[in-house]
Amino acid sequence: MLQLPSLETLNMGAALPAISIAAWACILLLIDLWIPKDRKILTVYLAAGNLVFAFIANLLVFNQSGDSFMGMYVADQFSGVMNLIIIGTALLSIVLSFDYLKRVGIERGEYYVLVLFVTAGAMFMAAANDLILIFVALELLSIPLYVLSAFRAPDIRSEEAGMKYFLLGAFASAFLVFGGAMVYGATGTTNLNEIAASAGMIIASNSSTSLFLLLGAALLLVGLGFKVAAVPFHEWTPDVYEGAPTPVTAFMSVAAKLGGFGSLLRILVVGMSAVTMTAGEPAVWQNVVAILAGLTMIVGNIVALSQANIKRMLAYSSIANAGYILMAVAAAGSPGLANEATRGALVYMLAYMFTNMGAFAVVIAVERANGGADLEHFVGLGKARPMLAIMMVVFMMSLTGIPLTGGFIGKALVFATTLNAGLVWLAIIGVLTSVVSAYYYVRVIVNMFLRDAEASTEEATPGYSTGVQWVAAVALGGTVLLGVLPTLITVLTDRVSLVASITP
Amino acid sequence: MTAVNEWAFIGIFLAVAWVLPAAPLLVSWIFRPRRANAIKMQTYECGVETVGDTWVQFKVQYYIYGLIFLVFDVELVLLFPWALAYNQLDFFAFGAGLLFIFLLADALVYAWRKNALEWA
Amino acid sequence: MVVQTESFVMLSIVLFVLGAMGVLLRRNAIMVFMSIELMLNAANLALVAFARYWGNETGQLFVFFVITVAAAEVAVGLALIVAIFRSKRSINIDELHEMKG
Repeated sequence: MLQLPSLETLNMGAALPAISIAAWACILLLIDLWIPKDRKILTVYLAAGNLVFAFIANLLVFNQSGDSFMGMYVADQFSGVMNLIIIGTALLSIVLSFDYLKRVGIERGEYYVLVLFVTAGAMFMAAANDLILIFVALELLSIPLYVLSAFRAPDIRSEEAGMKYFLLGAFASAFLVFGGAMVYGATGTTNLNEIAASAGMIIASNSSTSLFLLLGAALLLVGLGFKVAAVPFHEWTPDVYEGAPTPVTAFMSVAAKLGGFGSLLRILVVGMSAVTMTAGEPAVWQNVVAILAGLTMIVGNIVALSQANIKRMLAYSSIANAGYILMAVAAAGSPGLANEATRGALVYMLAYMFTNMGAFAVVIAVERANGGADLEHFVGLGKARPMLAIMMVVFMMSLTGIPLTGGFIGKALVFATTLNAGLVWLAIIGVLTSVVSAYYYVRVIVNMFLRDAEASTEEATPGYSTGVQWVAAVALGGTVLLGVLPTLITVLTDRVSLVASITP
Repeated sequence: MTAVNEWAFIGIFLAVAWVLPAAPLLVSWIFRPRRANAIKMQTYECGVETVGDTWVQFKVQYYIYGLIFLVFDVELVLLFPWALAYNQLDFFAFGAGLLFIFLLADALVYAWRKNALEWA
Repeated sequence: MVVQTESFVMLSIVLFVLGAMGVLLRRNAIMVFMSIELMLNAANLALVAFARYWGNETGQLFVFFVITVAAAEVAVGLALIVAIFRSKRSINIDELHEMKG
């Protein structure tokens, strides 16, 4: 018979931050229609205000963990921390965008609405406990991103970026849906807790049903692997990152990863951790994820060596960083390590968020001042704009993983948990590729300080705008603070526990 | 029926699928006149002669209109189960359906204000 | 004659693989896009078959969402294709090579 939920059983309060953003995006879409073209700053304020509201609401409900929407949405410490990072990303990128949009003449209110939709999608992904919601949230994250990538139309590069991202993203979501269908076929449910309850039995039975479950898990991994740009599903990344408007690149390199890894961790740790050949052994997906992580780190870092365009270089760097986070995901497959690995991944993602947003802020400033984002445009920056150059040095050091930066803390935690999981070979690959990555990060620093620009045209163009300045400063603060006082975030992440939500 | 007969259906289906299109082609091949003339060689033997290039450009507004129709048309799928079970629904479910229609209206107002509904 | 769930699932797997091959082999953006739709509908078929097998509605619910979200995807995708065609007069994805690195 028909089981209808009531308003109380939905428990919408726990999902308030994500709901408020999605709802406000719908309303802002209409409000923006009546905001005159020369006062679009109002839309920025309205969007940013909503994000601040959601940030505060998230802090308020941080300790009230519980299910919403009949077990589809789980508000726990994990989604709490993820929401903080995601909202932070959205805030920084909105501030980053305003000036850029004005400069290239694409100042339209829809931009901020789309950013809000992506933010809501990423938040729903991190909290989704049901394959159906994961799919819908993934699309809520992706479809606006396709549009944002092509937002600089009729610029052909931006259109191309949107088109490529769209075709490969849709391809990936088809894999995700089919994987979901197979898992549903094997277990008869789409709820991750219920999947976890029956997964162990199905694998133990060793029947054709277990084949469906494994096939489904593999296809889900492929679908989400595309989203987080893991090798060998990374082909779209460099072109899309280079062609998309730079603030969009900054936003999607972080937001899409956050959403993708949020879902991946939930699917694998909550839903599939019982998928082991023998009880007490690591989950069967551990080796697959570990190999993906190794490939991702190797390919991302090696190809980044030969990039002359900083946006492309940061694209490959983001692929490489996905590899380091995947390392933590692989470690989460070992019994008893899931919580530690999840915490490591969260800290890494926060550090990556600050560092990456900061690096892209500098790139936007350089694009504005010197007219491009090639390595050549960074030559002599140390003399022309010392503050900007020093900030870039910190971000590059953080991406390399040098102590006293956030990147180091993230990497240290991830490597530690990988070693605890017994994946020594993976940790060695991680360390070696980090060393390799130092080459192309340091090359940026060398170009900024040790080479002089032939002709100084910088005086003619204005410096970076206040918005970009603020973002760079905040990112710098976050990166350094995280590196010097990691307890600030670990006090939050130490309470994160994905495994606990298995037992309903 | 045995298991073999089940598969026989597919065989019969395949055979019929070949015969059905082949038969009219064969019949018309037998009865058709052999001599071609000017009228016979026209693209459209009966009908109006085409004027101008066949690669006519439609206004891009036409596509936007079509896309908007497509989205609204398919979103109705979500209202279908709601309408079917309407008699058994309480006020909350009614409100949920209303919220969905409101979201569609939201998009419609947006499209309207952006002049996407004018295609003439 | 009752069709077994296995038959449906086999058919859906065949359709899915056909769609994936289409995406990888076709060069026309519209054809690639149609192949992706084929993959999604293969998943829909599997979901409906499994829903009948398990006797619950979750699978059908999933299908409703896949259909509607796919429509939204179609709208965005076709709009992008129209935009590309307007500036390039071609929708061959091999000609999308403004960026190389």
